[in-house]
Amino acid sequence: MGMTITEKILASHSGKDKVVPGENVWIDVDVLMTHDVTGPGTISIFRKEFGADAKIWDRNKVVVIPDHYIFTEDQHAKRNVVFLRDFVKDQQIENFYDVGTPDYKGVCHVALPEEGYTRPGEVLFGTDSHTCTAGAFGEFATGIGNTDAAFILGTGKLWVKVPQTMRFVFNGKLPDYLMAKDLILRIIGDIGVDGASYAAMEFAGEAVHSLNIEERMTLCNMVIEAGGKNGVIAPDEETERYVKARSNKPYKPVQNDSDAKFASELKYDASKIVPLVAKPHSPENVEAAEKLSDVKVDRVYIGSCTGGKLVDFQAAAKILNGRKTAVDTFIVPATTDVEKGLEKEKIGGKTLLQIFKEAGCRIGHASCGACLGGPEDTFGRINGEEICVSTTNRNFPGRMGSKKGQVYLASPLTAAATALTGKITDPRKYLA
Amino acid sequence: MSQNKITGTVYVVGDNVDTDQIIPAKHLVYDTHSPEERKLYGKYAMSGVPEDKSGLPKGGVKFVKEGEFESEFPIIVGGKNFGCGSSREHAPLALQIAGVKAVIAQTYARIFYRNSVDGGFLKPLESVENIFKSFSTGDKVEIELDANKITNKTTGKTFELRPLGDAADIINAGGLFAYARKIGMIKPKAEANV
Repeated sequence: MGMTITEKILASHSGKDKVVPGENVWIDVDVLMTHDVTGPGTISIFRKEFGADAKIWDRNKVVVIPDHYIFTEDQHAKRNVVFLRDFVKDQQIENFYDVGTPDYKGVCHVALPEEGYTRPGEVLFGTDSHTCTAGAFGEFATGIGNTDAAFILGTGKLWVKVPQTMRFVFNGKLPDYLMAKDLILRIIGDIGVDGASYAAMEFAGEAVHSLNIEERMTLCNMVIEAGGKNGVIAPDEETERYVKARSNKPYKPVQNDSDAKFASELKYDASKIVPLVAKPHSPENVEAAEKLSDVKVDRVYIGSCTGGKLVDFQAAAKILNGRKTAVDTFIVPATTDVEKGLEKEKIGGKTLLQIFKEAGCRIGHASCGACLGGPEDTFGRINGEEICVSTTNRNFPGRMGSKKGQVYLASPLTAAATALTGKITDPRKYLA
Repeated sequence: MSQNKITGTVYVVGDNVDTDQIIPAKHLVYDTHSPEERKLYGKYAMSGVPEDKSGLPKGGVKFVKEGEFESEFPIIVGGKNFGCGSSREHAPLALQIAGVKAVIAQTYARIFYRNSVDGGFLKPLESVENIFKSFSTGDKVEIELDANKITNKTTGKTFELRPLGDAADIINAGGLFAYARKIGMIKPKAEANV
């Protein structure tokens, strides 16, 4: 019996010819990423367990990207970044994107590919659940806690249980009113927030491979919202093009064996899917946007690792161009590269930034922002009973701040259409 | 394991309790190794659970009383997919600091389970059935680890738990580092670092 992409990567990184789902293996790590919220705890455990003077296993394989609580006056949050700085200096880690310097990037999951740390066939761990985003590059990528990360810092290894692979195939062409967010919400709505617990989720089919890399990242980003361990998309020319432009490190792309065994396969006709929204307070609470047209909202938030990439703002700008928003609309680019892109990318002679400003949007700086609430002075944070349509990935109670708030998850197209009317709006209204 | 029984009063929650409910994101800034700040994770443990779901079936029960740092409930019973959401290890840590000895849920989100086991914070036990509706917050319960059983002493009903399986070796060693030392994968900890 052959192996899936995930199984092959785990086999090659554990020195085995073959692994099977359910087996526990120790694997070698290619890249470990950490940030300002989970980094300090990881570092403390590393020092406690390996000694105050211990050196990390490989300073070139550790990437430190502060991104969560950046534009805040919260003193504890600021101290976290100082903690990272000390450690990075101490360990001579060069892959550090410090706050307040030209190196500053923003959201780690978007920064990692931009800076060339994501490659097909590799193993990436990060102290953040959305590390699974990088599965879009045909690698094994998953989120871990501080103890596991501290263990990797000292040894370069971690144990994993080989997951079974669930396959999701989107056949046909993706209509222009749909985005990757609609596809992943369709899946989560169908299988539930624990529908892929412990499993790898592979995305395949014509509609998936027609997506650019940033959109593929949106698909893999939200596997954790179905309980998945990792997402994966077979690397193709688009993957190679993106990776080769950013990394000169050799890598070995991995494909499924023709007789690979999948735990399940769900097939969709992409052309039959409609713009979707996940209602409060769960990503599985999925409904067609057009059926929620009487839901009034107080604000729209476009940002985060899953909804704040350049492709997301291009989509939003297409709808907002030449129009005025009816409610507070927050634009938060994931990274400084995206931020620069807003000033460069144009639609009909106007930059995206101009379009957003003319539409009356409020523009923030690159970071995780209000996606996870954060300190109370965070840009766009829900501090009261606001109802928000957001391009982020979670709408659990209190996720964007106050427990009294309500978050509806949607694609940037749907979010932008909603910003224009103040009610949940199917983007087809503006794309005709 | 020397300790075979865990007893105490239970705090009951439902399905899909995520890590933002266990410890809201704005609290993830306290230094986990400062004794003073560490206590704050206990103070705010489970503070993100919506009011009507805080301590089922009635709701409205604070997990940690106002002004306290530890909970009166050493055992939590939940439903499906406990600990879903973020990878924050602060979640099982906050429960441990609040005095939680065991969580019983039908299923766990993968990262929370892993963090609980590898960090040695608490025992994430799995019930065979979804049992949270058979418990009321404040009921007295007894968990028998060897027998894989939980008994609601208030109602007299007993429910089956799943064996720990693969995770038992790491749980019984006390976490990932202790386990790796036991199997000789990493060096024993220098006395000075304890």
